[in-house]
Amino acid sequence: MTAATATADERVAHVGLLRRILLKPEFGALIGAIVIFVFFASQSDVFRSAAGAANWLDVSSVLGLMAVPVALLMIGGHFDLSAGVQTGTAGLATGIMTTYWGLQLYAAWAVSLALMLTIGFINGFLVTRTGLPSFIITLGMFLGLQGLNLGVTKQVTNTVQVENLDLVPGYHALFNILGSTVTIGGAKFQIAIIWWIGFTIVASWILVKTRFGNWIFATGGEPNASKNVGVRTNRTTITLFMMVSFMAWFVGNTQIVRSGTIQAQVGIGQELYYIVAAVIGGCLLTGGYGSAIGASLGALIFGMTEVGIVNLNWNSDWFKLFVGVMLLLAVLANQFVRRFAEQARR
Amino acid sequence: MIGKRRAWVVVAVAVPMLVVSACSSRNAVNKPHNKSGGGSGGYGYKIAVVTHGGAGDSFWSIVKRGVDQAGKDMGDTVTYQSNGDPQQQSQLIDAAVNANPDGLVVSMANPEALRTSIQNAVKKGIPVITINSGEAQSKEYGALSHIGSDETVAGQAVGTELKKDGVKNAICVIQEAGNVGLEQRCAGVKATLGGSVTNLQVDNNNLQAAQSIIAAKLQSDKSIDGVVTLGAQVAAVAETAIASAGSSAKLVTFDLNATVAKDIESGKMLFAVDQQPYLQGYLAVVMLTQYKANLNVLGGGQPVLTGPNLITKENAAAVLPLAAGGTR
Repeated sequence: MTAATATADERVAHVGLLRRILLKPEFGALIGAIVIFVFFASQSDVFRSAAGAANWLDVSSVLGLMAVPVALLMIGGHFDLSAGVQTGTAGLATGIMTTYWGLQLYAAWAVSLALMLTIGFINGFLVTRTGLPSFIITLGMFLGLQGLNLGVTKQVTNTVQVENLDLVPGYHALFNILGSTVTIGGAKFQIAIIWWIGFTIVASWILVKTRFGNWIFATGGEPNASKNVGVRTNRTTITLFMMVSFMAWFVGNTQIVRSGTIQAQVGIGQELYYIVAAVIGGCLLTGGYGSAIGASLGALIFGMTEVGIVNLNWNSDWFKLFVGVMLLLAVLANQFVRRFAEQARR
Repeated sequence: MIGKRRAWVVVAVAVPMLVVSACSSRNAVNKPHNKSGGGSGGYGYKIAVVTHGGAGDSFWSIVKRGVDQAGKDMGDTVTYQSNGDPQQQSQLIDAAVNANPDGLVVSMANPEALRTSIQNAVKKGIPVITINSGEAQSKEYGALSHIGSDETVAGQAVGTELKKDGVKNAICVIQEAGNVGLEQRCAGVKATLGGSVTNLQVDNNNLQAAQSIIAAKLQSDKSIDGVVTLGAQVAAVAETAIASAGSSAKLVTFDLNATVAKDIESGKMLFAVDQQPYLQGYLAVVMLTQYKANLNVLGGGQPVLTGPNLITKENAAAVLPLAAGGTR
């Protein structure tokens, strides 16, 4: 093939480095994260200290861990509104099975995983089997699990919380894996931050380097065409829902292991923040486009803002307004950059 | 193919169940509590309780325990319903009144929205007792009595105690935006502390983030020497936050649970303010029963205060098992 025909076809046209960077879905979030970091770091010495960083990375990591699989699911063209409440289900399951039913801690951990994967499977199975929007299916799951969490917890404990996981044998080993801290520069960084970075890398690798990653983009982009060329869209969708549930298991257990207690209402409402982080990170609501690193950057923006406002001693009553404006700006900037890049390409 | 898939579903559902049912409760650190109540009084009245408490709220689950136990003790049939939305709560009241109960118990977080519904009940001759909040309007709407704890008075008690401990700059952690009672508590603390009290907003459904936010606040203002939390669940994360921020701020909380009782016992928290929610539920049912049976009104219709009751190092140990049992 000669150079002349190659340039004639826009699909293989040479694209400059700058444009290629601009076209990355996570580019906008990266710029946003840098701007927000510079802003808060220049205003507050606590924010730029190691202890301050440990704080905002902690908030970011909890959100980011969930935002990554949620982003993958969104690229695959679906939502999971039950993602937040699932973290509660996972933590409560581990807590109740160990502290009330006397199950060995790791066995309970495993049963909790099996339970969560089942929930993810049901979500995915119902979505693919019925063809109904995942919004409706997972809304049902969201409400159902909310009732289940509360009902079972109250039935078993007589209160709305499970306590004393820290008295269960084997707790400290699990605590080291999920809830311990690493001291860097005199500040204690939560180990969840490392898990977050690790899961982000794995998810990115899956997304851009594997056949399954390709299938995610295909399923979210154009499901019918994908099916026609042999992509197993149903299997992809179900796997994605199960990945979200897997992470809910991880995050929910992190929560109960860290503090030894968990409440029946944990996670309710958080699913929206996962979606927000994924959207700031460049995911399209229509599917087929987005990135895992972007979702983590979105979570980072959120965490930095939430803690930065407190570090600056601003009145916290206005916090949500500030976050809302910040998010809108981030999304608008994202869109502007993307449009600019796509025009430049033509 | 489909058969194979079904099999997987069955396995996925059955395996956790089998494992759970096969385990014994020998190793359990939390034992299920005795749920059976005392003897039955056999009055047999029908009493409806409609509150504004959220379903997952630990405070209201204790109120409900009190209501249920009083129903058993008095031999009454009690129904308990709740909705945090004032409009929907008033609809629940209307529905309860339509069923012609012998008595009605209502919490009034937003009295204005419930006025018509409650006055309709009074007009129908149903005795009403208000609990928890709405003391100022209770008489005006025609209720027999009010059982609760004044949030402002409770806040002032905390402020006075903190002042004794030398606290000058405190933060007041609000876990539910827009809850009037919580704002009143903080205002009460401010009124008697004499120093500065700053409100800090966190989310009750994301306590890990709440922990980081409290720590961030403590780091950015090193002069903070007191932390007031308004719920037992937030108190636990505030304690971790104080430790992680390297702060020496003193911690006190409203409301109680087992963890809080334990931490007070070990000195990690100064004290907790308990408004004894169990009594609010229990007494309301008992009072209505005695009114129906004997026309008694406790205190002649004056508000009955269930708090503030301070849980300190001295009495924490005794309260601990009760808190774990969900009645304190």
